Amino acid sequence: MSLRSKDLTGLKDLSTDDINLIIETAAGFKDVLGRDIKKVPALRGRTTVNLFYEPSTRTRTSFELAAKRLSTDVINVSVSTSSVVKGETLKDTARTIEALGADFIVVRHACSGAAHFLADNLGSSVINAGDGTNEHPTQALLDIFTIKEKKGSVAGLKVAIVGDILHSRVAKSNIYGLTKLGAEIKLIGPPTLVPLCFGDLGPSVYYDMDEGLKDADIVMTLRIQSERQGKGFFPSTDEYFKNWGLTSKRLLKAKEDVMVMHPGPMNRGVEISSDVADGERSVILEQVTNGLAVRMAVLYLLSGAKQ
Amino acid sequence: MPKVLLDKKDIERAITRMSHEIIEKNKGVSSILLAGIQRGGVHIARRLASKLGLIEGTEIPVGILDIALYRDDINVRKEQPVVRRTHMPAEIHGLKVVLVDDVLFTGRSIRAAMDAIMDLGRPSAVQLAVLVDRGHRELPIKADFVGKNIPTSLDETVRVQLSEDGLEDMVVLE
Repeated sequence: MSLRSKDLTGLKDLSTDDINLIIETAAGFKDVLGRDIKKVPALRGRTTVNLFYEPSTRTRTSFELAAKRLSTDVINVSVSTSSVVKGETLKDTARTIEALGADFIVVRHACSGAAHFLADNLGSSVINAGDGTNEHPTQALLDIFTIKEKKGSVAGLKVAIVGDILHSRVAKSNIYGLTKLGAEIKLIGPPTLVPLCFGDLGPSVYYDMDEGLKDADIVMTLRIQSERQGKGFFPSTDEYFKNWGLTSKRLLKAKEDVMVMHPGPMNRGVEISSDVADGERSVILEQVTNGLAVRMAVLYLLSGAKQ
Repeated sequence: MPKVLLDKKDIERAITRMSHEIIEKNKGVSSILLAGIQRGGVHIARRLASKLGLIEGTEIPVGILDIALYRDDINVRKEQPVVRRTHMPAEIHGLKVVLVDDVLFTGRSIRAAMDAIMDLGRPSAVQLAVLVDRGHRELPIKADFVGKNIPTSLDETVRVQLSEDGLEDMVVLE
């Protein structure tokens, strides 16, 4: 079995079958991660290049480990020390890397659509590791994997996504993916960060946190990016926490067996309180582990895609 | 024209005989673990285990081994082999692992299975049990326990269908 496309640019264009295939394949890779020898020979001789135009610790490390555990060679191109500072365009940089023999190019870029652009212009498999405010598909896939693992299925679950939906590529990928799998999505946050137009994608929009959290099976909190502060989206981080921060008291509005998720990095005391982040309902660290399995599955399945 | 090579009774007899051979060769079943190769081998491994358990009066551990990530044709195929679960009920270190598959053909699956098992630990020995050996080996591999040797030509297919999959127990040559 393989994915229908040579690239993974987003969940918007991924079929439900393909999403399920990735999730099922990831379960097999999670077995591998539990062993003493956490490496399999499946993609020996292939090369993965991480091309990151934005800072990243967990996603880049996760992709690097995933690629290494499949036995591919991995090269990390850090843009600040590359020809990009000499004025090379994205396309030229990527084509140069492809000419060196890269099979997989994992790209993160501040511009929405960067991954699509490369996918159209390259023969290598392009994997989107976050493009602007558009999509971050592997994060949403690992979220879906975690939900399926813990709750059995996604269909019918009420998933509350709280925070900066407007700028969040994680939220967008999750909205596309979870909707396809039949979840009911509630978006919660200040009106400046959760415009009503998001309702057109399927979810319902709430500005009152307690109301939005009611009966939620999953609460996904998003990072409030500090660079947004002082730009008029909300008065202060203190006030944000007061209105939309996830606290153990607020969590009581949700279902008793609610699961708390966060894509990281967290700002404790801004979007989530420490007792919730470290509490028994939190699966935040398991999300990180599952991310590795999901990224292995994506690399593996793309390597078989028809050109 | 499909030809029935083994029926329900034949399969049962083959499992019984192989069980006795496994006990004889290993002088008991004290440190045996059966590892069924996904998917066809898993059912056969469970049947062998229950028969062995009946004869020896003890429970035999059965593991599930997926070999997709160890196959030698990953870079040649257009479609990737489906990755399934691998699960061992115990640490395999120091155990005698009997790999179990339904059909032995080129031997390439068994080569992959040996690599997969070695990544899980260091068994004291690895043996091979197959329900059907149809010949045409491409690697120096030989089964220790064989249900039935069936000479075939390369354009034929040997299909093992089992009640675990909701079908009537049968081995068919097509």
